[in-house]
Amino acid sequence: MNIPNNLRYTKSHEWVREDDGVYYIGITDYAQNEMGDIVFVELPSIGDEFTEGDIICTVESVKAVSDVYSPVSGVVQNVNEALEDAPELVNQDPYGSWFAELIDVEPGRLLSPEEYKRLIEEE
Amino acid sequence: MEIKKTPLYNRHIASGGKVVEFAGYMLPVQYSGIIVEHHAVRSACGIFDVSHMGEIRVDGPGACGFLQRLLPNDISGMKPGNIKYSPMCNEHGGIVDDLLVYKYADDLYMLVVNASNKDKDYAHIASAANGEAGILDISESITQIALQGPLAEAIMMKLAPCVPKKYYSFIETELLGTRCTLSRTGYTGEDGFEVYCPNSLAEPLWDELIKAGDGNVTLCGLGARDTLRFEASMPLYGHEMNDETTPLEAGLSRFVKLAKDSSFIGKEPLVRQQAEGIKRRLCGIEILSRGIARDGAEVYHNHKPVGHVTSGTMSPTLGKALAMAIVELPYNEPGTQLSVEVRGKMLDARVIEMPFYKRNK
Repeated sequence: MNIPNNLRYTKSHEWVREDDGVYYIGITDYAQNEMGDIVFVELPSIGDEFTEGDIICTVESVKAVSDVYSPVSGVVQNVNEALEDAPELVNQDPYGSWFAELIDVEPGRLLSPEEYKRLIEEE
Repeated sequence: MEIKKTPLYNRHIASGGKVVEFAGYMLPVQYSGIIVEHHAVRSACGIFDVSHMGEIRVDGPGACGFLQRLLPNDISGMKPGNIKYSPMCNEHGGIVDDLLVYKYADDLYMLVVNASNKDKDYAHIASAANGEAGILDISESITQIALQGPLAEAIMMKLAPCVPKKYYSFIETELLGTRCTLSRTGYTGEDGFEVYCPNSLAEPLWDELIKAGDGNVTLCGLGARDTLRFEASMPLYGHEMNDETTPLEAGLSRFVKLAKDSSFIGKEPLVRQQAEGIKRRLCGIEILSRGIARDGAEVYHNHKPVGHVTSGTMSPTLGKALAMAIVELPYNEPGTQLSVEVRGKMLDARVIEMPFYKRNK
């Protein structure tokens, strides 16, 4: 299972990448593999404000609907519209397929790659 | 409840199937992925373990008369080797289950029922029979394997001395030296076969069918089985029908023979419903907005609730979000504009003809 070292993670299988005050969020390789073929992504709107733990996106596979929880509090600055037409990118490249960019972020407690690895080994 | 393994469980694990509990059995929901498996069945061939399905033997001189009284469809004209689909109703006209009737002889039939309803069905059938026919649940001794897709016939003919030619017919034949029931049936909308064999044959037959395909047989799980049956608009118990839905509402009128000689369980309420006019009926819906409508979503016409979605997903073959829904008349007419509520949003939708997918014959 791919768990890049330069990211932070959540117990609910989201990843976060910080780049100069901008936080990119997505779902992990483990999460996309558990869901199977992803066929629809509902993105938030630019300007939406989220508190850590809020539902920020919804991802649907052929069989099921999964919520994506915002790993941090912040405001949506941009969304990855490419996923609307090609949701399968989340399966093909989970760490390249960010859903939203957040700014004005208050980072909370996130998991290190080692902590996340232990978590999925237990599941 | 004890969770059972089918005789092919070890094969599923060894082949990397993602095994989940379904209707009391450990079965693979997918191997390589639902969409890949789905396309394989539409374009080539897929193999499914469907041993969770229930088989009930009905025998004795009273068997035909009993089934006529049990089922809304007319089985009186069936010949040995014929198969008929029928709903099975309770005394209120609601659907207990839907099933296939296999006629082996005038005094011997097999009913194939849904796994999740097996015990309920057996209780219903045995109590209705009340000694008129012998009723035996033989599910535990039978493995059922489905081989589906346009290449299924060529692959099956490598193993079977002959195959049933007509859809919805079966033969008894030897596969790998063991007597099996081989039927030309399926739940995918493609041509294909279902084999009923003793459990001892499960692993060798599974292996040999895959080998006979020479790389063209894709292992398929329950996920693809569901998307395939959905595109073919084949109803699924617990979704398109239940104890409170009548076959007339579930779009199964052509399997209900109100005029047949024999009376049957549920006939009176169905006659009454037919005379009074059906108020709601199953229909197909295409979602026009971005989004997917799933089981349970409310359906509206000009803000008035008119029904609910029974099954829905993104159709892998057609590339559209489609749904089946039970909707009040006359909003079930193709072309009617509807809305479906998904996570608080109203999606635009339109009634379309079913089946969504029909193979070229």
